[in-house]
Amino acid sequence: MRSDFPILKKVAYLDNAATTQKPIQVIEAVKEFYTDSCANIHRGVYSLSEEATNKYEDARKKVAGFIKAEDDEVIFTKGTTESLNLLSYCLYPMIKGDEIVLTELEHHANIVPWQQMAKRHNLRIKYIKLKDDFTLDYEDAKSKITVKTAIVSFAHVSNAIGTINDVKMLCNLAKQNNAISIVDAAQSALCYPIDVKALGCDFLAFSGHKMFAPTGIGVLYGKVELLNKMPPFNTGGDMIKHVSFEDAEFQGSPLRFEAGTPNIAGAIGLGVAVDYISSHSHDICENCGGLRKYCIDSLNKLGDINLYCPENGASIISFNIGKAHPHDVASLLNDHDVCVRAGHHCAMPLMGKLGVPGTVRVSLACYNNKEDIDRLIEGLKHVKEIFK
Amino acid sequence: MSAEDMYRENILELYNEPLNFGELGDATHKHHEYNPLCGDDITMQVIIEDDIVKDVKFNGKGCAISIAAASLVTDSVKGKKVEDVLSMKSSDVIELLGIEIASVRLKCALIGLEALQKAIRRE
Ligand SMILES: Cc1ncc(COP(=O)(O)O)c(C=O)c1O
Repeated sequence: MRSDFPILKKVAYLDNAATTQKPIQVIEAVKEFYTDSCANIHRGVYSLSEEATNKYEDARKKVAGFIKAEDDEVIFTKGTTESLNLLSYCLYPMIKGDEIVLTELEHHANIVPWQQMAKRHNLRIKYIKLKDDFTLDYEDAKSKITVKTAIVSFAHVSNAIGTINDVKMLCNLAKQNNAISIVDAAQSALCYPIDVKALGCDFLAFSGHKMFAPTGIGVLYGKVELLNKMPPFNTGGDMIKHVSFEDAEFQGSPLRFEAGTPNIAGAIGLGVAVDYISSHSHDICENCGGLRKYCIDSLNKLGDINLYCPENGASIISFNIGKAHPHDVASLLNDHDVCVRAGHHCAMPLMGKLGVPGTVRVSLACYNNKEDIDRLIEGLKHVKEIFK
Repeated sequence: MSAEDMYRENILELYNEPLNFGELGDATHKHHEYNPLCGDDITMQVIIEDDIVKDVKFNGKGCAISIAAASLVTDSVKGKKVEDVLSMKSSDVIELLGIEIASVRLKCALIGLEALQKAIRRE
């Protein structure tokens, strides 16, 4: 598998939560679209346009299959951020209560849109607490998700500390209270098989670029009966049935939410990425778990490490080393061709709660290996020498 | 260049024991600067009399580069005319540091000066 990602010859790439590298299969598919079948979709009557449309709609089918949804429940967006923003603008007519429940470990993309929605419609936001062991306090969830709750939106996996949340339970709590449930699957779509029906969520969002696909393409899944009742987000071409000078009639899902020319090449790339993940699913699960343990054990052996991650988390490991500031650590690791993220990981409220300005974050993908971790540890030894 | 070159002995000493670090109760000018990209967080407090910087202190949290730079900048402006402090540029900070700064870390080196100039201009 590693040979499918040529860039890995150059660096120990340990920033997969930010974005993953792309396999040659995806890169080739994008290139092939632009070389052999580039045309706009859903309009031309010539063969080339038909071919482009088929490829785009095939990608939708693949993604739908990947998350066990129906084809018309998969909307292509720019990414998780846009998917969540779409919901924050379009959900108001669908809600009953006046409280939005989030968790303390959310990415800014799952906080700020709701703050804005709350301001527009005079709603309140509540946050489910994080416990000292870096997992959610489900007792607190039970007390905060009530009949007053309109929306419950939360990450499947935390991008900052790797906590894996109990999606089924939270969706079930939402359902019992007639609230809408939304899962931010940005960090889980690659590693955790997703079955939207089994999870019981109303909506689910993820980004292609964090799962081997190009940047600028993502997905919003929604139950079709909800999607077809929601007002549109962007309006314009492609999303209409009929337009007069006075008014317009809209398409149903998914076109209703795909105004304008979409990222056709990106969607095709995502379709190929999904195939790639499905055909390597065994390696994907096997490798990450073992490597996480190896990484944490190696860090503990090194000493002077403060870990910020739960006992059983995803392959996202946040830590600080001695007195060194995360940015200095990342700069020095770069000398060793080790790519890690340093900072607040777009989770400032969480960092405030942990009482740190930021952390160093190592995030693994299935193509990483022990040598990558060994290089990290070598680099950290160097950091320790400098900041002794 | 390698990052290691930035972490000279003097830089690390200033990180461990910053100069002019703390509170100035009677500051006439004050500014809090935050870099949302990396979390560097610096508050500058200045006493200005007759257009002269009489005293200056800073506090906050940051990486070695930002803390070392803020130490050196504060030390260099005491007794200086306000207009001279306002005309200081990034090259002056880099000269004080005496190291090459990787472009991705330039913001860290400059946050102290930025906070100081904004404090003086009461931004
Ligand atoms: C948990 C989580 N939610 C949302 C996002 C935003 O994703 P994007 O920048 O692809 O829109 C990210 C990406 O960092 C994330 O990790």
